[in-house]
Amino acid sequence: MTQNPRTLYQKIWDAHVVDQRDDGTCLIYIDRHLVHEVTSPQAFEGLRVAGRTVRRPDLTLAVPDHNLPTTARKDAAGHVLPIADRESATQLAALRQNAPEFGIRYIDATDVEQGIVHVVGPEQGFSLPGATIVCGDSHTSCHGGIGALAFGIGTSEVEHVLATQTLLLKQSKTLEVRVEGTLGAGVTAKDVVLHIIGTIGTAGGTGHVIEFRGNVFEEMSIEGRLTVCNMSIEGGARAGLIAPDETTFAYVKGRPYAPTGEDWDKALAWWKSLATDDGATFDKSVFIRAEDIQPTVTWGTSPEDTSAIGGLVPAPEDFADASKRDAVKVSLDYMGLTPGTRLTDVEVQNVFIGSCTNSRIEDIRAAAEVLKGRHKADNVKWAIVVPGSGLVKAQAEAEGLDKIIVAAGLEWREPGCSACLAMNPDKVPPGERCASTSNRNFTGRQGPGARTHLMSPAMAAAAAVTGRLTDVRDLTAPADLEPA
Amino acid sequence: MQAIEHVAGKAIPFGRKNVDTDVVIPAHWLKTITREGLGQGAFEAVKKEPGNVFTDPAYAGAPILIAGDNFGCGSSREHAAWALLDMGITCVIAPSFSDIFSGNAFKNGILTVALPQAAIDRLMEVAVDHPIDIDLDTQTVTTPFQDRFTFEIDPFRKHCLLNGLDEVGLTMAQGDAIAKHEAKARTALPFLMKTPTTVN
Ligand code: SF4
Repeated sequence: MTQNPRTLYQKIWDAHVVDQRDDGTCLIYIDRHLVHEVTSPQAFEGLRVAGRTVRRPDLTLAVPDHNLPTTARKDAAGHVLPIADRESATQLAALRQNAPEFGIRYIDATDVEQGIVHVVGPEQGFSLPGATIVCGDSHTSCHGGIGALAFGIGTSEVEHVLATQTLLLKQSKTLEVRVEGTLGAGVTAKDVVLHIIGTIGTAGGTGHVIEFRGNVFEEMSIEGRLTVCNMSIEGGARAGLIAPDETTFAYVKGRPYAPTGEDWDKALAWWKSLATDDGATFDKSVFIRAEDIQPTVTWGTSPEDTSAIGGLVPAPEDFADASKRDAVKVSLDYMGLTPGTRLTDVEVQNVFIGSCTNSRIEDIRAAAEVLKGRHKADNVKWAIVVPGSGLVKAQAEAEGLDKIIVAAGLEWREPGCSACLAMNPDKVPPGERCASTSNRNFTGRQGPGARTHLMSPAMAAAAAVTGRLTDVRDLTAPADLEPA
Repeated sequence: MQAIEHVAGKAIPFGRKNVDTDVVIPAHWLKTITREGLGQGAFEAVKKEPGNVFTDPAYAGAPILIAGDNFGCGSSREHAAWALLDMGITCVIAPSFSDIFSGNAFKNGILTVALPQAAIDRLMEVAVDHPIDIDLDTQTVTTPFQDRFTFEIDPFRKHCLLNGLDEVGLTMAQGDAIAKHEAKARTALPFLMKTPTTVN
């Protein structure tokens, strides 16, 4: 029997169907489940109340990240320091207790493997190509960077997966986003994905799974691919995928949870068969020329409010859609920006380099590259670099990057989500601006009244140096910059 | 889970588009470990706007919320659904919903009704002074003025909502099919079926 040509998404989907209902809803098997402290307490509570157990604790991994302060976790004598915020401490304690109680491996805040779930999963080889991966956090789409079908779920679904290792899902439509050509100097994976969201809009991918295709992604590192897929959700898609290839296999091989021996060979053979077949069709396709992508920043309170750094703050009248005009008015007001202002004239008081979008070793390297031999501007009051995991932190320190960062006047912190959503003490003060490498510029996301501008790590570092939004290419001789 | 057949009463004419879950319930309310009490934090920022519909006593205790396009976008936090439930809202009407939010709403027994913008505009008008009526069985929204709008709903979701069925229990009843998938995968894709913490 010859099979119809299938997309990468279709192939992963087909391999995980446990059961199909008449209405097309499928029971899908989940291969890997990541659990953190914020979205799990009520799920464990639900299991306990119903007297249920976790079906596959061995396919589940628990790690705290959202609430953790990024200051030292132990004192000089090696004693674990208490967490001042009582509610945070309660959630963290709940995970520390729930995970072992249900037989799930728990990585503690003081372990070197601890980090943001979406950094830990790929880093540990827990996330694998072709696997279905879920986590109670919308940026689970991140793991699509290694070719996994990964998406965020809510607490009820966390409970459902814990109890049954499955989810009820309807197949999504497919959206192909193809980026081809040569990226210019200083243009990184973050600029690519911000540009894509600016192009398709935050609802552009609703109901779809995005497959990122084209030479730009093929030539991208795994770190870069994780950054791109991470923000699929900002383009409205629940998941984003990049076909696993030799870069992926080299990345996965040898990681603590990665298959070995005969299992590895079997895995490799299957992974190689996953790429979208020639002739397979997508429900929608978007084509973008790599040459059109500039270092990009956001100016508003929606991730689609992007502009090349050389641009101006737009005016509401620049938008054709009436409701968008209203939204722009509200958002410029919130952001304290006047239409027509050059983006490079906008001053920032805070810089945050971190989050599951941009806290991997390449990101820290890119920031350090810009900071090397420079110092933050005086008007920048608060600038922190938060590595995505203890292992990223250790690697960066082994390369001496922490020293460059500290010498530049930035703080070097312990791993966690930090100012990405400001659930821990890392907050941007009301009315102040932050150059941030995170993924959401929503109202109040980085603290009540905080004004967020999203950008790449190199651009955030450049903003730290000049104290305003800055084209990183003006700081670094173009020849020194490698496209990422 | 509470069964839903019929939702009738006051509707909050909010109407705003692209309401993300940070607006429904800001992040600092996520630090709970139980589901109750979140209604207090719902729409916290909107409640500070002069003349907002959430602090207007006319809509206190309303079981229905009317919103604009793309309701519930952004973060996957299910606290958004719990917060609405805690406010007493069991039905949200909007032109469209984010996938994650509509899933979360369903799992917590909140009915999401998608209607065209023209119908929403009409309901917004009516809701100012009059009740709205949603009948899940016939999939209709009606007003005291003979307006009648029909909506689509997934038949399985409809069945579960009408009967107040708990999804986890329903799936656990399919344990054999799940075990069969695991057995098949153990041979075909063994690397997906184990990790270093798998016993034997
Ligand atoms: S870093 Fe931000 S987006 Fe990523 S998991 Fe943490 S809170 Fe979510």
